[in-house]
Amino acid sequence: MPKFARELLFPLIAVLAAFIVGGILILLVGDNPIVAYRLLLGSALSWPDGIGYTLFHATPLIFTGLAVLVGFRCGLFNIGAEGQLYIAAFATAWVGITFANLTPWLLIPFCFLAAILSGAFWGAIPGVLKARFGSHEVINTIMLNFIAVALVSYFTQYHYKVPGDPIMQTTMIGEGAHIARFGRFVPGFPERIPLNVAFLLALLCCLLVYLFLWRTKWGYEIRATGSNPSAAEYGGISIRTQIVLAMSVSGALAGMVGINEVLGYRYRYYDGFSDNYGFTGIAVALLGRNHPVGVILAALLFAALQHGGIYVDGFSEHVTKDIVQVLQGIIILFIAAEAFFKWLLGGRFSMQRLRV
Amino acid sequence: MRDIFTISLVASTIRLATPLVLAALGGLFSERSGVINIALEGKMLAGAFTAAAVTWAADMKLGMGSASPWVGLLGGMLAGLFIAVIYAVSCIRFKADQVVSGTAINILMFGIPGFLSGAFFLSSGSTPQLPKDHLLPQSPIVIAITILVLVAAIWYVVYKTPFGLRLRSTGENPEAADAAGVSVSRIRYSGVLLAGVLAGLGGAYLSIGQSSLFTRNMTAGRGFIALAALIFGKWRPVQTMLACLLFGFTEAVSIQMQGVFKLPSGEDIPVQFIQMVPYVLTIVVLAGFIGSSRPPSALGIPYQKEK
Repeated sequence: MPKFARELLFPLIAVLAAFIVGGILILLVGDNPIVAYRLLLGSALSWPDGIGYTLFHATPLIFTGLAVLVGFRCGLFNIGAEGQLYIAAFATAWVGITFANLTPWLLIPFCFLAAILSGAFWGAIPGVLKARFGSHEVINTIMLNFIAVALVSYFTQYHYKVPGDPIMQTTMIGEGAHIARFGRFVPGFPERIPLNVAFLLALLCCLLVYLFLWRTKWGYEIRATGSNPSAAEYGGISIRTQIVLAMSVSGALAGMVGINEVLGYRYRYYDGFSDNYGFTGIAVALLGRNHPVGVILAALLFAALQHGGIYVDGFSEHVTKDIVQVLQGIIILFIAAEAFFKWLLGGRFSMQRLRV
Repeated sequence: MRDIFTISLVASTIRLATPLVLAALGGLFSERSGVINIALEGKMLAGAFTAAAVTWAADMKLGMGSASPWVGLLGGMLAGLFIAVIYAVSCIRFKADQVVSGTAINILMFGIPGFLSGAFFLSSGSTPQLPKDHLLPQSPIVIAITILVLVAAIWYVVYKTPFGLRLRSTGENPEAADAAGVSVSRIRYSGVLLAGVLAGLGGAYLSIGQSSLFTRNMTAGRGFIALAALIFGKWRPVQTMLACLLFGFTEAVSIQMQGVFKLPSGEDIPVQFIQMVPYVLTIVVLAGFIGSSRPPSALGIPYQKEK
């Protein structure tokens, strides 16, 4: 079997198995799994809404999937994408509000930089803590998620809210910071669908991450650290530097969610906007076998499910959109317990280890 | 400043710390055996939802009256146990990455209660309201005594029994434990399953003790605070309980303050900064700024018995 087919096979089995388990759950609560799945997946292909919203929902998931991927490739588990994207989205909005009068040629790059640098900063904290003190990045990123959420909620509530607004959101960013929606340049595509150029940026990032990890010395050193830290160190690579570098790149990628959310969609920071993007990013990276192409495919699948969730909620009797979370959880569980499938299939497949 | 340290604040600290203590002590068994437990959140959600649903069913469908919360409590424990079985089999039998499977459990249990309540109660993620007199006891004194007895018992089990010795050695040095004839996987199964029962219990207390129904994502990160308390308490029972009390206190303060916390000098501290305290403290302690908090040596590493 060629390598890419083998790489595709296992995620497909995991997804299929998760849909079977999900189907049994749907049967148990008294609905028809085929009808529910048709609602869940069928809506994703309609033009323009289905496709538009699926690509829109896929955008943050590609960013967070890439963020988790870069961490994994260095042997780090970044559960902190959620916090990094909150900090970054707020920073993006802050620049968009504070420098609202700048010309778009300056304002948009400033906002991009704000998203990237603040995400990188928030990601670097657990990196430095691990490199300097050896404390586990999983715990620190979880803690930093909560700190980030509290911090941006404080700034929103006390400093950047329209006085009297009952909704926890900041004032609007300057119009010069808005980035184009697809409706602006795709004929027949309505501008009410928030799909915007951040999606193209996400695809570009997939390419850049690929080039960075597989074609540069830094990327090589990150992967060497991930696959065998002691060998890497023996080969003259500073593991500590790689950890901080990987966590910063990871945070920067997660931070770019802010570009999609603030500059392309809501044009302000809206507290609690993230629909668990950071955590779904973990599922995206794992299902995508920690490869940028896999990340795109996995992000599209989860985005389609997220969009279909609304239809399931509306049109089926018992099944709610929670089925999406359930499927996601089962998919990761199956991927995590890869050995389970080997055991089930009699050990005929030799799969790579999960953490590359 | 003075008027915030009232009896009601102490009572509410104890009430809010209770689910944390239960979950954190559960996590202690699991982590001391060498299995990371970031799935505490998911197990608490399982416990909270099941306890509320079972109590409601026992009350409304079976007419068990005031006995129903106890049936619900049992249900919550079993739900935690059930989730722990999935987690344990995946981590121990199939040597899955513990953090990845823990994350999977958390995501799964974020969805399952909503899925089931949509189907059974036609609601968007909550269970029906339970009558006030069919809940678990809430007197702070009763709870405090129960917690103290439990902590004492767990301290005894961990430090004074052969099981506790095996548990600790499995988490520190599974090879040596194995060589001494201890079954590493059996000990780890017991650790993870005990964690499930206790976290389920903690979740149950949240829905049918502190509250009178299950609401969507009711734990709101308490599983992670419990994990933080376990680290802050250096994986030891008494210290962990004290950490939970401290974190329960910060929660009680932020609820009582309704927004702002006034310093004696008249300055305001926004509630968000009080909410951050447990997380910041955990990072600081883990980095070794205040004493050192060292996890069990074999934490997170699947044990491969040599053939």
